Amino acid sequence: MGIAEMVRTRGLSHRYERKDEEGNVESVVEALTDVDLDIQRGQFVAVLGHNGSGKSTLAKHINALLFPTGGTVCIDGMDTNDAQNLWKVRQEAGMVFQNPDNQIIGQVVEEDVGFGPENLGVPTAEIWERVKESLKIVGMEEYAKRSPNRLSGGQKQRVSIAGVLAMHPKCIIMDEPTAMLDPGGRREVIRAARALNDVEGITIILITHYMEEAVCADRVFVMNEGRLAMQGTPREVFSRVDELRAIHLDVPQATLLSSELEKGGLKLEKGILTREELAEALGLTEKVKTSGKPAASDVSLHSEEAGEAAQLAKAREDILTVENVSYLYDQGSAMESCALKDLTLHIPEGQFTGFIGHTGSGKSTLVQLLNGLLEPTSGRILYRGRDIRGEGSDRRKLRSDVGLVFQYPEYQLFEADVLTDVMFGPKNLGLTAQEQEQRAREALAQVGLEEKYYSQSPFELSGGEKRRAAIAGVLAMHPEVLVLDEPTAGLDPAGRDEILELLKTLHERDGKTVLLVSHSMEDVARYVERIVVLDRGTVFRDGTPREVFQDSAGLEKIGLAAPEITYIMQCLRDRGLDVPVHALTAEEAAAEILAARGRGQGGV
Amino acid sequence: MFREITLGQYYQTDSVLHRLDPRVKVLGTLVYIISLFVVKDFAGYFYAGIFLGLLIVLSNVPFRYVLHGMRGILMLLAFTVVFNLFLTPGRPLVHFWKLTITYEGVDFASKMAIRLTFLIIGSTMMTLTTTPNQLTDALESLMGPLKVLHVPVHEIAMMMSIALRFIPILTEETDKIKKAQMARGADFESGRLTARVRSMVPILVPLFVSAFRRANDLALAMEARCYRGSEGRTRMKPLIYRRKDIAAYTVLAVYFAGAIAVRVFF
Repeated sequence: MGIAEMVRTRGLSHRYERKDEEGNVESVVEALTDVDLDIQRGQFVAVLGHNGSGKSTLAKHINALLFPTGGTVCIDGMDTNDAQNLWKVRQEAGMVFQNPDNQIIGQVVEEDVGFGPENLGVPTAEIWERVKESLKIVGMEEYAKRSPNRLSGGQKQRVSIAGVLAMHPKCIIMDEPTAMLDPGGRREVIRAARALNDVEGITIILITHYMEEAVCADRVFVMNEGRLAMQGTPREVFSRVDELRAIHLDVPQATLLSSELEKGGLKLEKGILTREELAEALGLTEKVKTSGKPAASDVSLHSEEAGEAAQLAKAREDILTVENVSYLYDQGSAMESCALKDLTLHIPEGQFTGFIGHTGSGKSTLVQLLNGLLEPTSGRILYRGRDIRGEGSDRRKLRSDVGLVFQYPEYQLFEADVLTDVMFGPKNLGLTAQEQEQRAREALAQVGLEEKYYSQSPFELSGGEKRRAAIAGVLAMHPEVLVLDEPTAGLDPAGRDEILELLKTLHERDGKTVLLVSHSMEDVARYVERIVVLDRGTVFRDGTPREVFQDSAGLEKIGLAAPEITYIMQCLRDRGLDVPVHALTAEEAAAEILAARGRGQGGV
Repeated sequence: MFREITLGQYYQTDSVLHRLDPRVKVLGTLVYIISLFVVKDFAGYFYAGIFLGLLIVLSNVPFRYVLHGMRGILMLLAFTVVFNLFLTPGRPLVHFWKLTITYEGVDFASKMAIRLTFLIIGSTMMTLTTTPNQLTDALESLMGPLKVLHVPVHEIAMMMSIALRFIPILTEETDKIKKAQMARGADFESGRLTARVRSMVPILVPLFVSAFRRANDLALAMEARCYRGSEGRTRMKPLIYRRKDIAAYTVLAVYFAGAIAVRVFF
């Protein structure tokens, strides 16, 4: 037994058949085709791929939740096609799913962790031992008696991991466990997964969109169109930058930057993954004491930044003004908590602003205040200089002027077809049927959904398409200001870029004021003109992205981080390369580095 | 915000009643309710009232929380009293306009009011001192004999406990969807009844879709953790009768015998 691989698939294929009411096969989707894959015991493996590439189907095969329609899957030497092995396979190969809420069964943390062992028929005394031990491994023992509803996303996922651990598995499959979490929660979960692998020797199969989570894996598998497209060490896989990008996947920033540098004529090693490796490849091995003297390049930094800041300050009228606004939840009860504290903000017309903050920073409360869904406990909010709650203000008009797209907006779609759903907003505005349809068509064109989708059920679209349809539903109301709460949450890199490009177009071409709420610095850095960082209900930083990212230490203190590219540049600078740290994209950074090296050689 | 609501009305504290086996409390409530129908006169109600008072003291639950449970039936109580007061035939006590209050009416209405009040407070005492989870366990165990009749007792209990876990999540989701539709200009407050009912569609459809999605996810997660019904399943928190539970049953038996004695001898 001990010799076999943990997971071994041969010619694994899976077809989903969709049957009509009479049981005739309507359509066939080939989710997996001829996958041969081996995962060794004790490895930490990452599986990458865009949505619909077949990676979740693969995961379900490893846990015997699905069975091959062709080929074989062997877990620890046990063929999943053999019904006798079913429960043993599920016990040995545990699974953690994406949605933290939908996989917790118990009403108390410890009861949930005990659920698996109960099903296995473990004696009561041993269940308690296992629960205690599992919660300790994931660092959740203090929460044993709590209700899972009161935990953060990261904590819930750790409870789920503990629930699998208590079954004493040899292998844990994690199907995008971090997709719905904020950066802090993501770190918690990945740290727990790493510890399981290092300390307990459990094989981990991590399915993810986040490249930085894959960098430290022993082996990386890339899925595309149901096939295994690439496999190898992270270094081998990520050195194929162009191929990865062709199938809509990200590569780590350091890798991307080194490929940009190569295009600029530098000869570098293949497969650079981390900032340190990049520094070494550039011949910067030692950390140099900073002389305190400003770098030569800072001159350009200042002028560039001053230009951007001036752009921001350029007298544009406020479209939205937040004046000394505070908001208390459950006022007067024992649960009273302050979401916003005396917040003042000016949003000029036509600006693209990013709001950043971790969960609980007050950003979601703020967006609901802006269009009157919540009312401030004190202070006021002005739209074009008028109090939105003042006399003569029209609540419904305000909601069409300040369009709000909630988190996971596809969950509010409800009509039989996409076009009618988008018409819902215009209909509520009291427009004629003809106007409703015209606006809906315009909005759908704006978000780039083709006409063939109009008559489809919104529930049949892909994740990214659904989200665009939902955004169209708000655009059809012709808002002057578009507020979006985490519009890229849960999407794969391709879907994320589509949405962000869409916002950019709405801002640049249609002149809309866009407020983008996010916890991803990377997303926001490339697109917005201004960043407002919120922390515990107050403004922590407010300025251009370059200004805000300068202070990466300050951001870390409140549980956020600057974009990876900022850290790379800081690292290079610390090691003596005379570069500014304000680059926002890999292209910019490459140009700065090449320029700095040019200067350096000139000086020698 | 909705997540903070405690379901049922469990009041968290420590007391003898809280620590009792939930089965004792379920059966005890049943016995108490029956006893309310065994006793007939005010002496009997006095006896039942004293017993209830002792329970409240033992439970460590503040009295105003106990009274909270009464709010819901206040209307019903008032209605019953008024109805009985005026419509019971017998010797007239007061007579005005077309209405007559009889001696029998006063007697009957006050007994009815006492009985209803005790009944509600009695069952409130159970929900105040027992978590919904323990209640589910108790029902599963007490209904166990029904398995012989092929009643899926375990499955029903599992469904109840999953429902209890998802109610707060779905409540919060409803709130979110409602706000999202309001952001698209939906109006849930004004208009006639038919319009208002129709305006619920944009909330209900997404809510159902989401509930099905969650149900599907949860079923997969349960299967992945080797769930296969009650067969071969052990329990992390099995219900075991301890000495205090036996004592509680004894107290109950004595109380019930007392109730019968009051009925027979007074």
